Amino acid sequence: MTLSPRDLVLGPEAWPESDETMIVNLGPQHPSTHGVLRVVLELEGETVLRAKPVIGYLHTGMEKTGEQLTYVQGSTNVTRMDYAAPLFNELVFSMAVERLLEVELPPRATWIRMLMCELNRVSSHLLFLATNGMDLGAISMMLYGWRERERVLAFFEKVTGLRMNHNYIRPGGVAVDLPPDWRDDLEDILDVVPRGVAEYDELLTENPIWLERTVGIGVITTEQALALGASGPILRSTGVPWDLRKAQPYLAYDQVDFDVIYTENGDTFDRYRIRLHEIAESLKIVEQCMERMPEGDYRVQDRKITPPPRARIDESMEALIHHFKIFTEGFKVPAGETYVAVENPRGELGCYLVSDGSGRPYRLHIRGASFYNLQMLSTMVQGGLVADGIAIISSIDPIMGDVDR
Amino acid sequence: MTDDSLREEMHKDEVAAALVDHVKGAVASDSYGQTVVFIPRESWKEAVRFLKDDQQFTQCSDITAVDQLLRPDRALPLGVDGERFEVVANLLSHPRNRRIRLICQVPDGSEVESLFDLFPGTELPEREIYDLLGVHFAGHPDLTRLMMPDDWDGHPLRKDDAPGRVPVQFKESQAPR
Repeated sequence: MTLSPRDLVLGPEAWPESDETMIVNLGPQHPSTHGVLRVVLELEGETVLRAKPVIGYLHTGMEKTGEQLTYVQGSTNVTRMDYAAPLFNELVFSMAVERLLEVELPPRATWIRMLMCELNRVSSHLLFLATNGMDLGAISMMLYGWRERERVLAFFEKVTGLRMNHNYIRPGGVAVDLPPDWRDDLEDILDVVPRGVAEYDELLTENPIWLERTVGIGVITTEQALALGASGPILRSTGVPWDLRKAQPYLAYDQVDFDVIYTENGDTFDRYRIRLHEIAESLKIVEQCMERMPEGDYRVQDRKITPPPRARIDESMEALIHHFKIFTEGFKVPAGETYVAVENPRGELGCYLVSDGSGRPYRLHIRGASFYNLQMLSTMVQGGLVADGIAIISSIDPIMGDVDR
Repeated sequence: MTDDSLREEMHKDEVAAALVDHVKGAVASDSYGQTVVFIPRESWKEAVRFLKDDQQFTQCSDITAVDQLLRPDRALPLGVDGERFEVVANLLSHPRNRRIRLICQVPDGSEVESLFDLFPGTELPEREIYDLLGVHFAGHPDLTRLMMPDDWDGHPLRKDDAPGRVPVQFKESQAPR
């Protein structure tokens, strides 16, 4: 396979000289661009000759901000990157810090993290299904998807105090234990969400209009996906059963039973189908977490990393000092560098962390899955219609907070 | 450390060993169980090409850079001279299910070869590095600013680019920016 630079990267000088073509800006404020993505399209009639994503409208310098914050504060910053899947950002940051600290988590902390992340994957995929439906004209899909997602977010609010940007997963464990009746709430979610998913399946999967709009649209090959750095559902839609949860297990994914969903066609319909079925797989993991949640601590009982319990502060001078130290200057992390990757709903989310031995990261780099996946856009839309472009942008599921950081 | 024991250490990892044999001046190392190979700047692209063509590394999963301005005395393996910038590429092999990290030392004002021909997926990340850190990539098809406005002055992720350098503007300010 050859991907010529001309096809991938477009400057005005690369565009063919013709009076028949037209340059059109899609976005940055079009609803179908999922935030502030701008796509420069070169059209001949309704056919897209070339497309180039222009990003940076949501750049807020979070990697620079990460260098100013202590490790304790760090997860409040990273959680705002991929705002549809915030727990994964916290997870990857915390795992990187823990690797440099070389701390071992208690099993309950690991399982709580896994439970919350899988629920987050469900809520993120529900968001995708809702917006994907709406982008293609199935407006009611937006309401249905939101309806089920709300149940998951309500659970997040109960556990973490916030619906989004939780700052729940922190270096050393999680912020608080699960509430006493967490199993009842999950029973509810496990009942409601699959019924909703069955409804979407009925509404969309066999729907001739839906099939017309998605089947065979934006087809990519495995070679293209690998060359352009794609991961997650986009890579899996081309027939590669690659999922970091299976391939390079972290947390306790090697102890739970689930399947990696993949398809062969690499089109927009497959990317929709994979996410639809991944919800069921995630709920399978949630169910296993409910059955097998270990007892014990939800964070490391190392006073240098996690604050002491509130009750201890009244009795122990040392506990008070530790509490004060952690929240004023944080803890120090040994000098070193590491790269940690997890599978978030959009693909490989990586964190490259460099420490110089102080209480703040020397360099914090997040490899956003959306950032790399977005590079597929030019290849996918080439030769298609403008209206298909909308379906394709939607099927990449880019979260601009993760793209621009 | 004697030469023999150093060589032995290098040969623990077969890919790193093959790479050290292939690329003159490459030094293998290990960071928390992850294989890291330091590549001389002039062999940067050749090292990646070798891994891609001969060692089944199918994807460049991440490329970034670090400004080491404040850490001139950082710990580096024997035979590696630290420069201001470190360009870091994480390669992933799907068939072999393993990763390797390549690090290249780049002095301020010098350039390093772009990996675009080998992995076109490095197009946006290399532009991001250029934009935020000011490292130049030779052979990149469109090395322009990505995140910052086109007329921006400076590279914000550099360590000497202090936060708060540009004053926040409130209404009707007469300041140029």
